[in-house]
Amino acid sequence: MELIRYGFLLAGILFALGLLGVLVRRNIVFTLMSLEVMLNAAGLAFIVAGARWGQADGQVVFLFILAMAAAEVSVGLALLVRLYHEYKSLDTDGASRMKG
Amino acid sequence: MFDLLWLVPAIPFAGALLLATLGSRMPRKAVAAVGVCTIAASAIVSILIAVAFLAAPPPGGAYTQVLWTWIDVGSFNPRIAFYLDALSLVMMVVVTFVSFLIHLYSAEFMEGDEGYSRFFAYMNLFVASMVTLLLADNLLLLYLGWEGVGLCSYLLIGFWYQDPVNGRAARKAFIVTRAGDTAMAIGLFLIYHSLGTLGIQDLMQRAIAQWGVGSSYAIAAAALLLGGAVGKSAQLPLQTWLPDAMAGPTPTSALIHAATMVTAGVYLIARTHVLFELAPPVQLAVAIVGAATLLLAGCSALTQWDIKRVLAYSTISQIGYMFLALGVGAWSAAIFHFMTHAFFKALLFLSAGIIIEALHHEHNIFHMGGLRRQLPVAFWTFLAGGCALAGLPLITAGYYSKDLILWHAWNSPAGSVVLWAAGVVGVVLTSLYTFRVIFLVFFGDVRTPVSKRPGLPIRIPVWILAILSIIGGYAGPPLLTFLKTALPAALESRAGALTETGSSAVTALAFLTGFGLAWLFFLSKPARATAVAANPVGSVLHRFWFADWGFDWLYDHLFVQPVLWIARVNRGDFVDAFYTGLSRLIEWTWRILRLTENGQLRWYAAGIAVGSVVFVAIVSFL
Repeated sequence: MELIRYGFLLAGILFALGLLGVLVRRNIVFTLMSLEVMLNAAGLAFIVAGARWGQADGQVVFLFILAMAAAEVSVGLALLVRLYHEYKSLDTDGASRMKG
Repeated sequence: MFDLLWLVPAIPFAGALLLATLGSRMPRKAVAAVGVCTIAASAIVSILIAVAFLAAPPPGGAYTQVLWTWIDVGSFNPRIAFYLDALSLVMMVVVTFVSFLIHLYSAEFMEGDEGYSRFFAYMNLFVASMVTLLLADNLLLLYLGWEGVGLCSYLLIGFWYQDPVNGRAARKAFIVTRAGDTAMAIGLFLIYHSLGTLGIQDLMQRAIAQWGVGSSYAIAAAALLLGGAVGKSAQLPLQTWLPDAMAGPTPTSALIHAATMVTAGVYLIARTHVLFELAPPVQLAVAIVGAATLLLAGCSALTQWDIKRVLAYSTISQIGYMFLALGVGAWSAAIFHFMTHAFFKALLFLSAGIIIEALHHEHNIFHMGGLRRQLPVAFWTFLAGGCALAGLPLITAGYYSKDLILWHAWNSPAGSVVLWAAGVVGVVLTSLYTFRVIFLVFFGDVRTPVSKRPGLPIRIPVWILAILSIIGGYAGPPLLTFLKTALPAALESRAGALTETGSSAVTALAFLTGFGLAWLFFLSKPARATAVAANPVGSVLHRFWFADWGFDWLYDHLFVQPVLWIARVNRGDFVDAFYTGLSRLIEWTWRILRLTENGQLRWYAAGIAVGSVVFVAIVSFL
């Protein structure tokens, strides 16, 4: 019981921190890092849940999340490179030309 | 021989198609040849059919040629079929023959006009529509011809469309007759709804079987058909379009007045006479409309200065006689008067056209004068037509037909002294206004010099028509006998104070009165007419009659102005306000929502986060 309470609490805190990072940081590198934190928070929640019920499913899903995170980072870094190339800065607010 | 019946409408229609598609590329001579020869062919075919009909009448006195089924929906399957009996035969022969003469005349009359081929295309279509109307076996096909005639009259009245006045006159004719046509369409719906057929012969038989005399269905159906007839034949209260229809070229006026269009209403009533016999109040209304119209139009004709408008009012008045005859059940007399009227009215318009052309498009009879020696062709033919119109006793055709109508107005069970007296006063008026025109135009001093003399294609038709206007009356007795196979004979009841000879004598006397008055006022001392028109009562009446008894004023204030007012008020289209409002609302919300699309990545992320929190909250707490 203790495990699941603290585990989920930790996952929640991590997720909230990640979200906060996404919302407040303007540097795209930090935005990507915060996204990673959010993904890992979700993964942690799966691991904790899997451990609580003694099921391997949680760990399987975590592996999926890792793979997806790797893909996401590669796309994100490519975007980052393009962004820097275009604007000579990493500020996401600078790239707001596509407003409606 | 009867197999060729379909050719009578088909040939003019083919001519119209040819001229409409290739006419502008054809040389003028070819256009005239196509335009005139198609109608000539049509007239020849109809005369051949008439000869065959007289030699060996088809069984039952009627021949039906079914071409194909027009529409086939359930029990509603009107055919394209032509029905030939004595009535439609007489109408067809007169219409095609008179139309042929008018076309021949137009070939020279319209020579210098830009729209030569357009003119003949419309004229051919006009004749084709009219013949379709006459020969139609069912009311739907009749309605097709009816509307075709309306369309062609619109096109021809507005033929010189560059002048907005002509376009206005054309629209007026179209809209006013449309009012009558709407009534007629409703009548057709009623007849089909109640009797289950639109075949004219079928529906008349079923009407006798299903509807009693004076039943409300019969009255409604007959009244609605009368509405259509009144509009097309320019009778009270829808007569206002015809005087304005003079905006078209003169041969068009001749065609509209003599052969096609205005007599369609008379034909419709004669064709569906059974319905009117089943509805005595409506039949009485027909007689009253006719009597009132002939008087009103006669008075208006007295005051007009435009020669064509005088003739237009005289047409309204003469159609009034036909309606009077139909109203008292003298069906054949109406058709007889139609025939003589077709001859002399076509003649009058064609000779008026000669005068107008010769005087540089001068329409005002007060600017004409002394044309007796200048234009003898116009004088003699106009005199023949005018005498026939006024009813010169014993000599002219118009006298015989009008006299017959007056006798029936007196003698028939539906007739009365009032109707007869109205007819007699009408004869005085007719004679007065006709000779007013003749005296003013052909006698007195020369006021406008003659610039152009008519050629052969103009002279031949007017002479033929002049001869027919004189001798046409002798065709009366055989014609009436012939028509008995299609139309019931007029009932004779009242052996009153007046004999047939007495009635004829009164008619002759009425003619002489009008002639004498015209002589007094317009020939011996023209100052008298001016004096009458100048005194207070005279001048008020003159203005009132000149403006057609104020009908135009009334309709203008009753219908035209309110519609224009509504159009002005509704310029912003308040009916559409709901949809305009909806689109405004959407545009407005779009402006607000657009603010969220600011391009800021972090705002989007926040949006997603808040949205998912709200969504999860909704799912878990509700």
